[in-house]
Amino acid sequence: MNELFRYVLRLGDLSLILGQRLGEWVGHAPALEEDLGLANIALDLVGQARLLLTYAGELEGRGRSEDDIAFLREHGEYLNAILAEQPNGDFGQSIVRQVLIDAFQLELYERMTSSTDERLAAFAAKSVKEVRYHLRYSGGWLVRLGDGTEESHARVQSALDRLWPYTVELFAEDDLDRLMADRGVAPRLSEVQAAWSARIDEILTAATLSRPKDRPHSWHGKRGQHSEHLGYILAEMQHLQRAYPGARW
Amino acid sequence: MSSHQATAGHAPVDRTPVDPERRVSLAWEALASVDDPELPALSIVDLGLIRGVEPRPDGTLDIALSPTYVGCPATDVIRRDVERALENAGVGRFAVRQVLSPPWSSDWISAAGRRKLENYGIVPPERAASSMRDVLRTNRPVSCPRCQSPDTETLSEFGSTPCKALHRCRACLEPFEYFKCI
Repeated sequence: MNELFRYVLRLGDLSLILGQRLGEWVGHAPALEEDLGLANIALDLVGQARLLLTYAGELEGRGRSEDDIAFLREHGEYLNAILAEQPNGDFGQSIVRQVLIDAFQLELYERMTSSTDERLAAFAAKSVKEVRYHLRYSGGWLVRLGDGTEESHARVQSALDRLWPYTVELFAEDDLDRLMADRGVAPRLSEVQAAWSARIDEILTAATLSRPKDRPHSWHGKRGQHSEHLGYILAEMQHLQRAYPGARW
Repeated sequence: MSSHQATAGHAPVDRTPVDPERRVSLAWEALASVDDPELPALSIVDLGLIRGVEPRPDGTLDIALSPTYVGCPATDVIRRDVERALENAGVGRFAVRQVLSPPWSSDWISAAGRRKLENYGIVPPERAASSMRDVLRTNRPVSCPRCQSPDTETLSEFGSTPCKALHRCRACLEPFEYFKCI
């Protein structure tokens, strides 16, 4: 199996699944502004996924389009870290998940602008600009909720405690991550983690939230081992293409 | 990537000018007539979305088009509008190519484009998007486009489209849109 293909799928699936999750908020957010905010971030993420999955299809060389890859794979073929597929919960929980992933994408993409892979470098330079706005939005909300009322503080702290263990997977370097870093395609995950950690600490301090402790993990979404949540996401996301194969807008 | 034969489906009279310079200027004219679907006051040339119009050795006119935001739904509409305008202008065979690098910047909006945005009631983006690294921290004051008061607040980082933020003037109480600096 082509390694770069698998790596690009990891990136693309993280954006795709998080974008799909955010899409669930449309029509249900606490205020119109937040409905628009979350929907716009979802759009950017799906846009990222389109570019990446198109590229993955070319790397694979079997003629699969972005749609084939997004809609016609099985559960175990998605390579997103499982933080992205965690349920929305309340608005605060969605914001916590968003901050954790926005900061990850920001630090990853900033370093990927100098990738030896021209397509990924161009992708990263384009997307990092958008991700900065995502983190500005999600980080701003986390500070307001954390440093808000007793109720909002308690809710986002509990969401942070629940989601934090999944962040370990983002930075758990395996053979594929190492290979990509050796080739200069991607930055070292340890470097991304250090920058991510500093940024997260800054936001958590402003939000008066305490940082949970890291614990060993046994999740391997990046290798296709997912929580049951992904199945429900795929059932909804793939329904149209499964029921009406080849349907187009 | 898609290629188009301007004469397809029409009478077999080839109106394509032979002079490459003439074809390029015809293409620019046609592109300047394509409005952004979300900002009808501006053409895609005003927005700086067209990165180049160049004849290739095989005679195909190469049109380089940049998206504003990777997920902007207007991108596909713009591409279709561009293809239609070029077909109607009779520029001959052409191919529209998406260009991501260098990434589109709000700095590329032309002076005319900034004026048109302002007249439309949308505050143009601050210049020098290179200073955007600060975007996470600073919230520069944006003056109200109606009463010019600097006493305004951000309502949402995301407005009716990905490229705009929603603000409100505390002096005249009117909401207004700000074209994001990216």
